[in-house]
Amino acid sequence: MSKEEENFQKNDNFKLTMIPGSFVKMMRTCILWQFIRFMVLNIKMLVVVSKSH
Amino acid sequence: MARLVVLGGGVSGHTAATFAAKWLGKEHEVVVVTPNSKWNWIPSNIWVGVGQMKKEEVVFELAPVYKKAGITYKQAKAISLNPEGSAKSNTPFVTIQYTQKGRVGESEDLEYDYLINATGPKLNFDATPGLGDGNGQMGNNTVSVCTAEHAVHASSELQKCIEKMKKGERQKFLVGTGHGTCTCQGAAFEYIFNIEHELKKAGVRDMADIKWISNESFLGDFGMGGLHMKVAGYVVSSKLFAESIYAERNVEWIIGAHTSKVESGKIEYELLDGTKGEESFDFAMLLPPFSGVGLKAYAPDGSDITEKIFAANGFMKVDAKYDAGDYENWKASDWPRTYQNPTYKNLFAVGIAFAPPHLMSKPMQSPNGTAINPTPPRTGMPSGIIGKAVAHSICDLILKGKDAHLHDASMAEMGAACVASAGKGLFTGTAAAMTVYPVVPDYEKYPGTGRDTDYTFGEVGLAGHWIKHILHHMFIYKAKLKPGWALIPE
Repeated sequence: MSKEEENFQKNDNFKLTMIPGSFVKMMRTCILWQFIRFMVLNIKMLVVVSKSH
Repeated sequence: MARLVVLGGGVSGHTAATFAAKWLGKEHEVVVVTPNSKWNWIPSNIWVGVGQMKKEEVVFELAPVYKKAGITYKQAKAISLNPEGSAKSNTPFVTIQYTQKGRVGESEDLEYDYLINATGPKLNFDATPGLGDGNGQMGNNTVSVCTAEHAVHASSELQKCIEKMKKGERQKFLVGTGHGTCTCQGAAFEYIFNIEHELKKAGVRDMADIKWISNESFLGDFGMGGLHMKVAGYVVSSKLFAESIYAERNVEWIIGAHTSKVESGKIEYELLDGTKGEESFDFAMLLPPFSGVGLKAYAPDGSDITEKIFAANGFMKVDAKYDAGDYENWKASDWPRTYQNPTYKNLFAVGIAFAPPHLMSKPMQSPNGTAINPTPPRTGMPSGIIGKAVAHSICDLILKGKDAHLHDASMAEMGAACVASAGKGLFTGTAAAMTVYPVVPDYEKYPGTGRDTDYTFGEVGLAGHWIKHILHHMFIYKAKLKPGWALIPE
């Protein structure tokens, strides 16, 4: 059992959801990938802002 | 010369007043009446509440900013409205009471041509026994992050718990809503994960039990009836998104809960299925429900006409459809567009101060008849956009005449960005960044989810965290009216 799967057994509610694995967690703090996501999120948010005014 | 009076200097009131002053120039007068001497960027109170930011970093003095903008500033609270004037004069006025040092308790009748009610909410701690002190203030049993002062106190209590854990004493943290009709679940959501992050940083996470308690019928409701977003090729509910975040961080939850009583170290609650329970805690941050600030309204003969202007919850009636009926009949078009009071056309309400037509979440109650459902959020980005639109309308009414077109800002046609951080460090913190478009679901325009899933999204990572930092600095820069402030969007 990988470490990230341990929480499934800690609570009945946890069993019915999804828990990210090591790759997803790594990408969340990968500077290069997050810089790309930063640009994408900013563009999307600017579109939402422009549609809202 | 016309006079616009803005009651309240929060996000919506400050936005409305500053844009109105810019557009109206010196020919007309803009007056801001607010009981606080300082402006507070409330979203960053979360970081103050875990000791990662000082109070001084989230507040600033209003007086010099308003002086620079040519706005008349009165540190006072509004008591009552006379929208048709008095027996002596038919000019409408608002009665204010000063809170400014040296003038405390002094009253003034302030005449107006147009008035924006942007008072925000009353933090109704006393709605839950033990959550308040019985005098309208927060009690001693829990903490709050609703104001900068509350957040400083919360941080100090949190540090005490961390010290106890370092000495080997296990601690239980309870965070969420202190009543069945609370809103702003997002703030509590952010706070619980900042606590979790700080406990990890302090090396005491394994000594802590962290639990969420909320009036949402499912995790990820956020008072908006939840949302659907595109993730990895799927369109998924925010329920799955939120539950995943809690499970990953080992944070348990109680949902569909009305906190009915708070005592030292213990709460009592009632669930949607009617069962009742108790939960103990060593540290609890429970949000209070909101209500209107209690403004009264009087006719020229002195008779009380409060019900004509304000809804039962104390928020001001605007151009919303208040008789939409049951949940099945609710439509996006029920939501207000111009925020003009239907009776008095020179009265407007923005931000939390306007009365929403109904909930966004599905209304629910326990078999005992206790309402347990989140009330609609009207804070942050929408309140800024609404404030600006209303300022625009009033400026047009003043400059172009009473037949001028009013500007629209329906929450069913605007989006909102919500960035919930978990930690503050630039490379150690992460955040759940969410954008929803539109805020109020429109099932006629977007059948199925009620929203545009191209612009309704959520993800966890450093990127959202960086955005949160930028928003903090950008909005404080804008609120201080520094060069180019008007170019920064709400």
